[in-house]
Amino acid sequence: MRIFLEQMLNGLTIGSFYALIALGYSMVYGVMKLINFAHGDLFTLGSYLGFTLLVWGNAYVTSHVGLAGGMIAAMLIAAIGIGTAGIIVERIAYRPIYPAGRLPAVVSALGVSIFLENIIMVLWGPRYQAYPVNVVPTLRFEIGGIHITLLQIVILIFSFILLAILYYIVQKTTFGAAIRASALDRDTAALMGININTIIFFVFALGPALGGTAGVMVGMYYRQISFTMGWNYGLKAFTATILGGIGNIPGAMVGGLLLGIFEMLGSAYISTAYKDVFVFLILILVLIFRPRGLLGEKVAEKV
Amino acid sequence: MKSLLKIEDLQIFYGSIEALKGISLEVNAGEIVTVLGANGAGKSTLLKAISGLLPLRKGKIKLQEEELNNVPAFEIVRKGISHVPEGRKVFTTLTVEENLNLGAYIQRKDIKVVSEAKDRVFNLFPILKSRCNQLAGTLSGGEQQMLAMGRGLMNTPRVLLLDEPSLGLAPLLVRQIFQIIREINDQGVSILLVEQNARKALSIANRGYILETGNISISGLASDLKSNQKVQEAYLGGAAFKKKNRV
Repeated sequence: MRIFLEQMLNGLTIGSFYALIALGYSMVYGVMKLINFAHGDLFTLGSYLGFTLLVWGNAYVTSHVGLAGGMIAAMLIAAIGIGTAGIIVERIAYRPIYPAGRLPAVVSALGVSIFLENIIMVLWGPRYQAYPVNVVPTLRFEIGGIHITLLQIVILIFSFILLAILYYIVQKTTFGAAIRASALDRDTAALMGININTIIFFVFALGPALGGTAGVMVGMYYRQISFTMGWNYGLKAFTATILGGIGNIPGAMVGGLLLGIFEMLGSAYISTAYKDVFVFLILILVLIFRPRGLLGEKVAEKV
Repeated sequence: MKSLLKIEDLQIFYGSIEALKGISLEVNAGEIVTVLGANGAGKSTLLKAISGLLPLRKGKIKLQEEELNNVPAFEIVRKGISHVPEGRKVFTTLTVEENLNLGAYIQRKDIKVVSEAKDRVFNLFPILKSRCNQLAGTLSGGEQQMLAMGRGLMNTPRVLLLDEPSLGLAPLLVRQIFQIIREINDQGVSILLVEQNARKALSIANRGYILETGNISISGLASDLKSNQKVQEAYLGGAAFKKKNRV
């Protein structure tokens, strides 16, 4: 039981990474019907941006705002930086290609992915980089026999706050309804006075911003980052998106968390060597038995 | 009478196919004007052109003195033209209330205006109030039509464009919908109504235009059109076809 609960906790932690990254895939797919294959690499870029800030700024920032302030600053700057990068990618690589159709845009996305990966390698080098150890003090608590680190608590709190904010915006505000409406039917959304360019701007800023923040959290959690990690996280987050129902925002959150839990339980009870197998097994099962995902499309259109 | 919406020599192409071949029409303040025609005559094209969803090849669209030719669709609503599209096009996975809120998207920051508009819509369509939290896709066809119209009214338009509101509805509902159109008009909203149900449309309209493959063939007062022999034969099912063609 103790092992089970601890693995659940670990699963929730990495699941919250997947959920944050998955949101970017899902929002962009919902509105653009485009799978943004560059999203995983934007996540990596966020991780490296946070790394640089924490390493360079460590002495300066922490002496002014303390450890916590330094960490928040790194996440915030990564979010803003990657949000901006997302908008630039959309302008340069996708917008000119939309008229040619969906497939060319996907190819362009793959191109951006390769480009970003290589840029990161050139700028930061091909070797693994190590996040500083002291970002969050290495404290460990024991609650009812379950071990939890301060770092885990911090990550869980931050990511759940972000997920809650996004959930609120998308599901509870009229602007959020406008995003979902644009995903359903652009022309009719325009008749409501919704400017699709505002919506596109928003999803391409916010999705990558969340991914970039997740990048910093992953760096703090695993302490080790590499320029190729975007592929693995991107693929898993994409699986989470499919699991929850692509284009569905709460779906991406639930899918991400579930996937993290599956992965951890699988590696705890069966074998760590197979942890990626569980993830992709789930992808295959979902595609076979419930292709619209767990929370995908509740009703059909009536004529 | 003062003309509110004026269309001059409007030409629309889909690729190389000419859908509207230079038509002119106008809607005066306070009027219900109907555009009748068979499938493919260009009725929906006309409304889509007015609301900015289709680019014009030639011609002019004016709201009072303001030209709307190159105004994008999302700006047209702000000018006071609201379009209720063919086939209702409610946002099926959003709730009824969210659909209505989106109708007032351009005024979304003014909560009071939005809730007043919603009250007006609920007065007109009480059924929507009881379905507020339901997903729009779970509504019946008639309820979806009411929602689409209510959504169109949320931004208190000057002109309401209605595209086949009776499409696919049971006769009893059709009667109800047309009654409500008249009520909306009584509240001071001018209406451009595109219909296939010519009899019903002419019974509530002030004036009408007959659209035939991209051209306006006949126009005039609704009462004149009703007694026009050509119109009777082609759109009202004439005397000889009366039984057979009436739906």
